[in-house]
Amino acid sequence: MTELALRPDPEERREGPAAPPTPVSMQQAINLALARALEEDDTTLVFGEDVGPLGGVFRVTDGLQRRFGDHRVFDTPLAESAIVGVAVGLAMNGWRPVPELQFDGFAYPAVDQIVNQMARMHYRTRGAAPMPITLRLPSFGGIQAPEHHGESLEALFAHVPGLKVVVPADPGEAYRLLLQSVRADDPVVFMEPKARYWDRAPIGATEPADPIGTARVVRPGRHATLIAWGSMVHRCLQVAELAAEDGVHLEVLDLRWLKPIDTATLAESVRRTRRAVVVHEAPLTAGLGGEVAALVGEHAFSSLAAPVERVAGYDVPYPAGPLERQYLPSVDRILFAVQRTLEFQRA
Amino acid sequence: MSQPRSVPGAPPAPDAPTLPAHRFYELMRTARLLDDEAVALQRQGVFPAYVSLRGQEAAQVGSAAALDRERDFAFPTYREMAAALTLGVDMVGYMASHRALWHGGTYDPIASRFGSVNAVVGGPVPHAVGWAIGERLRGSGGCALAYFGDGASSEGDVHESMNFAGVFGAPVVFLCQNNQWALSVPLDRQVAGGSVAARAAGYGMPGVRVDGNDVEAVYEATAEALQRARGGGGPSIVEAFTYRAAPHSTSDDTGRYRDPAEERQWRDQDPIDRLGAAMRTAGLADDAFFASVEDRARAEAERIRDAVSAAPEPAPSDMFEHVYREPTEELARQRRAWEQEAL
Repeated sequence: MTELALRPDPEERREGPAAPPTPVSMQQAINLALARALEEDDTTLVFGEDVGPLGGVFRVTDGLQRRFGDHRVFDTPLAESAIVGVAVGLAMNGWRPVPELQFDGFAYPAVDQIVNQMARMHYRTRGAAPMPITLRLPSFGGIQAPEHHGESLEALFAHVPGLKVVVPADPGEAYRLLLQSVRADDPVVFMEPKARYWDRAPIGATEPADPIGTARVVRPGRHATLIAWGSMVHRCLQVAELAAEDGVHLEVLDLRWLKPIDTATLAESVRRTRRAVVVHEAPLTAGLGGEVAALVGEHAFSSLAAPVERVAGYDVPYPAGPLERQYLPSVDRILFAVQRTLEFQRA
Repeated sequence: MSQPRSVPGAPPAPDAPTLPAHRFYELMRTARLLDDEAVALQRQGVFPAYVSLRGQEAAQVGSAAALDRERDFAFPTYREMAAALTLGVDMVGYMASHRALWHGGTYDPIASRFGSVNAVVGGPVPHAVGWAIGERLRGSGGCALAYFGDGASSEGDVHESMNFAGVFGAPVVFLCQNNQWALSVPLDRQVAGGSVAARAAGYGMPGVRVDGNDVEAVYEATAEALQRARGGGGPSIVEAFTYRAAPHSTSDDTGRYRDPAEERQWRDQDPIDRLGAAMRTAGLADDAFFASVEDRARAEAERIRDAVSAAPEPAPSDMFEHVYREPTEELARQRRAWEQEAL
């Protein structure tokens, strides 16, 4: 990990056809993207709790301080609100901050700075103070972590004018989306699905990123569209694999940008498959599944053969260890929803 | 009165006095008259609301005058009108915030080196720390000054900011205007221990409480803190002990919570009267000086009053501007829908 992080840009190592793409984990991919961002723009700063010598609790920032110095990559006091507030001040002084909040549930103390300051400063100043901040937030459940370490805050942030919200589903996506977020001049909440940190895949560092706000079809199908982001993309791919054995061909759409949402790709897919199941870890009520269902209703109503199904976490506080399996959308629960949408009969 | 010194700040107008006391006096007097005009504009229905700084002119003028306008940056809350005036901010654009033409005002905060009007108590304080850290990283030598009050000192953001600044040795001055009232709550129900400056010891930084109604004392203390910060000595707290002579806002009713006798007592400590009297005693000013200041201050206050009253309302479509650098398609769609349905 360390050695990898210390190497130069992965693109340079992959010149010529002889070099096979090296699989890297998602946390390595994010590390590489951070290194590249630090390398290509001297105003980029990486900071947060334990991101320095430790390299972050998930080792995402491993080696970055050694390589770029403690003026570019630094530990902060344990103060989430100030971390974001300091990022705002740095941005006002011409820097490009990439702060990390260590865990989803600890973003709550920073919500004032995120919502009232970071998201609005550009608006409040009538464009005089851009906020090119990428707020990295290890997010979501699936690792049997202690309380407040498995939360899904995407609907909260997607609701805030001025923010953009993105969730990568695999290492290559994480690499491209993070670089894209850092290079963007708007504040981006970058939610990392920590359950997928150790997934390994080639990252295709030379592939260009799709435009901000575009979704991607990760598996084409024709009978129904599964819509997901982060870890749930993998679960939906599992479901699609199983369904295919029964001759049901499910399309899997990785929404990835939760603000702005790619309505065109979403509607195009559902118009084709005529059925939609949206899957997320966050509790059902007022989750983004409701937004997705509304968008499908607005843009694909006449094509729909069944109501949009939502498979989500339950409306309970994120539960402990073994209960996590019961809480998170499972393959079976998603299959039930697929079955309901396929068997739906109009009265 | 101590001897006049040179004061960094706005270059004086050709016909304006140049000695610091004279300049302080004129700024404070202009701020007072503009403040009165603003209260009147609220009474006339031109401003939906206004927050008077009456009584805090010395704390604001003295602290702002100590800043180097080429290098430093001030982060205000919503009651720093006299600081804005001292720093040469476009005051029509500043007052636009109170006329509710745009939250934050319409002046350019980056060019003015004076942050947007910010209504979150304590919210801008970490911005000052971040700005100051950025200055240190660049080695540019500028300092940040964070304005906040005794009420804001209770906010977690202020604690987090002071600790953060202490750890990083950030060149920032935490300028607390302790006006003894956080809306309706008095100092003894707000600040445990009674002193914001005393908290500096816990953050490993110098803290000083000064007579906030003595403009020179505030200037000296702020200048010293800035000099220390600029020389790599890190952050400081300056607590200007003053009094909010007016209600919290034009919507407030002090009769429900404070004794008018207290207000009368502090009226005797009015910072402008005090400076004026000291200048007379020291032979620095005479009737002619005060008359000429009055003329200029009134003309300036009236100019700003008239200009902000006449300022055009924002175009309705401005609502959709500046939400993003790179606007989203969805917002563009909403704007199109608004254009079709709302006009």
